[in-house]
Amino acid sequence: MDKDSALMRLLRTPRGAISAVVLGVIVIAAVLAPVIAPYGYAIQNLRLANMEPSAAHWLGTDEFGRDLLSRIIHGARTSLAVGVTSITISMVCGMALGAAAGYFGGAFDRAVTVVVDLSWSFPEILLALILIAILGPGLASTMIAISVAYLAQFTRLTRAQVMALKSETYIEATIAMGAGSGHVLFRHLLPNAITPVIVAGMLATGDAIILEATLGFFGLGAQPPTPSWGAMMSSGTAQIFIAPWIIIFPGLAIAITVIAINLFGDALIDALDIRKRLREN
Amino acid sequence: MALLSVSDISVSIGRLTPLDRIAFSIDPGEIVGVVGESGSGKSLTAMAVMGLLPLIGGKISGGSVHFAEFELTTLTEARYRALRGRRVALISQNPMTSLDPVRRVGEQIDQVSMMHLGLGKVEARARSVEMMQQLRIPEAKIVHGNYPHQLSGGMKQRIVIAMALVANPELIIADEPTTALDVTIQAQIIQIMTEMARARNVALMLITHDMGVVAQACDRVVVLYAGRVAEMNTVDAIFADPKHPYTKSLIGCIPVEGLPPGGLKGIAGNVPGVLNYPKGCRFHPRCTRAIARCGDEVPLLRASGAGTVACHLAEVSA
Repeated sequence: MDKDSALMRLLRTPRGAISAVVLGVIVIAAVLAPVIAPYGYAIQNLRLANMEPSAAHWLGTDEFGRDLLSRIIHGARTSLAVGVTSITISMVCGMALGAAAGYFGGAFDRAVTVVVDLSWSFPEILLALILIAILGPGLASTMIAISVAYLAQFTRLTRAQVMALKSETYIEATIAMGAGSGHVLFRHLLPNAITPVIVAGMLATGDAIILEATLGFFGLGAQPPTPSWGAMMSSGTAQIFIAPWIIIFPGLAIAITVIAINLFGDALIDALDIRKRLREN
Repeated sequence: MALLSVSDISVSIGRLTPLDRIAFSIDPGEIVGVVGESGSGKSLTAMAVMGLLPLIGGKISGGSVHFAEFELTTLTEARYRALRGRRVALISQNPMTSLDPVRRVGEQIDQVSMMHLGLGKVEARARSVEMMQQLRIPEAKIVHGNYPHQLSGGMKQRIVIAMALVANPELIIADEPTTALDVTIQAQIIQIMTEMARARNVALMLITHDMGVVAQACDRVVVLYAGRVAEMNTVDAIFADPKHPYTKSLIGCIPVEGLPPGGLKGIAGNVPGVLNYPKGCRFHPRCTRAIARCGDEVPLLRASGAGTVACHLAEVSA
């Protein structure tokens, strides 16, 4: 498939275009946070605590008088970094495991399947909580916890793809040309199996951001003063009646980001014709 | 000395034995047709020679296969791998699906010579393009960079043939190379393949169900029926004087000029499945000339004229 035309198809749909623009803004905000944030994320001013949105503080201030907009912009860094890093780790490991299991089969495949099915029976949040309980709270353990929580999904998906592709004639033809396992796996199976996995990864990134926010809300994620949308909401609960913006704006940030990611993922599925391909198979 | 000699191999898949003591040989540079209806074991024979049976959960349960200086039934997988594509190549049934859809066709040809001849990217590419030109692919340099979906079926089959030829193998096994193609292209592809094989002195095992193709291309024929060899002979002899009733019926299935409408005869009935092979000669339920003995006793392959045949009737008349 021509990659450029798939991207163009994606951007031509309203859904794809809008979500791409929103995601673009969020990513730029995260990357350039120190430059575009009006204030530092950790600058306290207790005299200005719990201020409502104003010209000086567009989204108001929190209970320590920190500028909410600046904290949300910096928080985007945490959310995106955790979401993207953990899903990338999860995808790479899941693909390796799934591809090996699907291709070689046998005892290894059975072992992987058992573990994957077992972990599949726990909700991701529970798995993540167990892991953080072991590793201790913090940004690094959040990433590890989320990677492990989503590992099963990617392993399953890749394994199923590889198993289906394995019996394709061109794989047999490649083997008949004298190719070894590595060649078949990396040059033919994975390139053909990767598209649905990437889309699943895109959609899982949205979930991972929610999971990161949830862990942050419980105080298990990024530790203060590092801004994290979940932790910000958590501290906002105490002020919910006197300063509701403290909880509303980070919540909105999470919602907008996740919706944009999901819409983008959805548009990507259509643009890559995955549904059509799944139907045909 | 024969390049490939298949001696009484049986193939089993689980408890089934779809191939029963198949034997034939191919000399260097010879073009041998392997014919039979669907389900007669042609493709399994090809897979057995290529050592690909494990892919479908099968194995060679008896007999031996000699290729050049190798005994293939006991060859390690690593040494087999070095043989495949380099000295014996397979052209599989359907060109539409035998190319990887996400990789450029040229790269897929390049791969073979990079893998087997140790060529670098640039040399491999030059070799591929030259090969493609020899196979009369127009604008080979451009086609080299195309993806399979951009090419027609006939063009894809030429790419597959180029992959098979590029490492200069001694034997090519072509498994119904034209079945999936338009009738108009079929003859062309067969012609190109046989031309190339003759020019390079490559032996060709041409699997087909079409006696017409055999007549056009081959030196010798092996007729398979329900997992056994029915008859073997040179093309001239088999068309002049088919000994086995099944061979006769197959030849009767070739449309000829001046045939009245409805005059083309099929063979009544179907090839029996591997689960319910009949006793005795496996063709006897469909045979118009079957005698009592055919239902009880398995006919053995016996020399008859220049060829061999497995039929009780041939024995009686001989």
